[in-house]
Amino acid sequence: MSLALLIDFGSTYTKLRALDLASGDIAASAQGPSTVTSDVNVGLDAAMAALARVLGGTPRFAHRLACSSAAGGLRMVTVGLVKELTAEAARQAALGAGAKLVASHAYRLTAADVARIVERAPDIVLLCGGTDGGNRDVVVHNAHALAASTLACPVVVACNREAADDVVAALAAAGKAAIATANVLPGLDTLDIEPARAAIRDVFMRRIVAAKGIERAAARFDAVLMPTPAAVLEGARLLADGTPRRKGHGPLVVIDPGGATTDVHSIGRGEPSTPGVIRYGLPEPYAKRTVEGDLGMRHNAEAIAAAAGIDAIAADAGVPVAVATDAIAALHADVETLPRDPAQFALDAALARAAIRIAMTRHAGTCETVYTAQGPVSVQRGKDLSDVGLVIGTGGALVHARNPAAILAVAAADAADPLSLRPRAPRFAIDRHYLLYAAGLLAEAAPDAAFDLATRHLDLLTEGATA
Amino acid sequence: MSAPRAATATPFTLVTGVIGADTHIVGNRILSMALEEAGYRVVSLGALTPAGDFIRAAVETAADAILVSSLYGQGELDCRGFRELCIEAGLDDILLYVGGNLVVGKQPWDDVERRFLDMGFDRAFAPGTRVPEALAMLGADLAARTPKAARQ
Repeated sequence: MSLALLIDFGSTYTKLRALDLASGDIAASAQGPSTVTSDVNVGLDAAMAALARVLGGTPRFAHRLACSSAAGGLRMVTVGLVKELTAEAARQAALGAGAKLVASHAYRLTAADVARIVERAPDIVLLCGGTDGGNRDVVVHNAHALAASTLACPVVVACNREAADDVVAALAAAGKAAIATANVLPGLDTLDIEPARAAIRDVFMRRIVAAKGIERAAARFDAVLMPTPAAVLEGARLLADGTPRRKGHGPLVVIDPGGATTDVHSIGRGEPSTPGVIRYGLPEPYAKRTVEGDLGMRHNAEAIAAAAGIDAIAADAGVPVAVATDAIAALHADVETLPRDPAQFALDAALARAAIRIAMTRHAGTCETVYTAQGPVSVQRGKDLSDVGLVIGTGGALVHARNPAAILAVAAADAADPLSLRPRAPRFAIDRHYLLYAAGLLAEAAPDAAFDLATRHLDLLTEGATA
Repeated sequence: MSAPRAATATPFTLVTGVIGADTHIVGNRILSMALEEAGYRVVSLGALTPAGDFIRAAVETAADAILVSSLYGQGELDCRGFRELCIEAGLDDILLYVGGNLVVGKQPWDDVERRFLDMGFDRAFAPGTRVPEALAMLGADLAARTPKAARQ
């Protein structure tokens, strides 16, 4: 039996999945506490011991791959020129690389901006600005501003190619590690974030893993390939695209309503699904990730209530407003709370529904009618997800919900919000065994096994079914 | 679409587009192709372009000139404050052209031109202006300047 070991160093738990590469089955699952801040080996030992109990010993693994969101995840700052252009392209690249954005800047960095960046102590800065052959003085100015600071982290440079040499030289002269890669926005009609994503991932593997204390367990795995959100995005991409020998599931969406944020991943071109529609704005990434920092089931439960309205949450949960208000305050006070009684399950479901509806509305594009002298014209902003056939929910809030189908259903298009280009008639599924990250990690080494594994264990839901 | 390779490339970058809620793209497309053929780097924004998008594109691409088309008679409303927006974005001395069917009805061209020059456009082009004529003026106006990319 040829097995692969997939490790996720999370902020709370170290999770393990042992997969049978021949059959695409889960051989064993286990978890231990996350102990990255003290000694990562303690938590990993506990998890490995649990795994060995299931497997009857520790076998030789063909692959031992890991991802990590421990120690704050991959904390990044992005810098671009125009807010809606290179600064936005930089954000897309960093989010696609699985980063947690701690700040995003546009135009010339001021002394206060630089001080704030240094204070945030990011793991990587992504420095962009100017299309190829376009503006070069702003990105060069920003490079000198960062060079003159006490910033200690590596800088990935993905700017106007004509300015890149000067930018790298300015940073290197000040002793900063500067890594040049292709421009994220070589022309206004061309978004090219894959090279920047690869460069960020490379810096993460070679430098950040060590800085996060994970390399103390280096003998126990082959590589920490990427941040966990990037592994989930890669898993989603594998499911959508398939492999040369496996037919993919086509355009899909993955939603993760987490404790602090709600992440949405969409795989698909997002071109207009109806003819004659005019696209507006930056080109959209094929694999797009958005992170809603104000929608979290625990740390940001109060923010969900603020965004959706506490009256709506209480009505959805079927409890009085005062009860919902107190319960949400309690969730914030003790973020480890798990629902026990029916009222708590109902409140969690209402919070998850609100988080998913708002996060999907922000992630999906819009199509509105503009009235011109020549008649009405439809203008699309963002991605058209109307034809997405599969919406996958992941994370504890959905896996442990009593009726996940009724929660996920709000991700679909809504007649009350006709401008939003959300999926019209998708099927819904739950990543019940938390395998998307594992499939993403294994996508390069054993794509067919990874695809089979993720496909076989997707739990397809029918509306109204209870888990 | 791929532009035909220019005989001689110029170092100048131009932004083109049709301003406001105007969908007339054909003339603007022909103009953009002619400009590319003449060796300019053309950033073509197409139809239905808000004033702010011209300026954002010009900042990011370090453009030397913005060529605004308007065909549906609302040009005067759409172009109001265009130069001020440029100044606000740091494009104080960018060359600004406007052309097309700029106003509704039969109005004396001299009046129309004066209104657009007062708005801060460097040149306004009457309906029916031939492309070679506009190219010659653009060439002369730009020859008096250093390319933006070289000034940075």
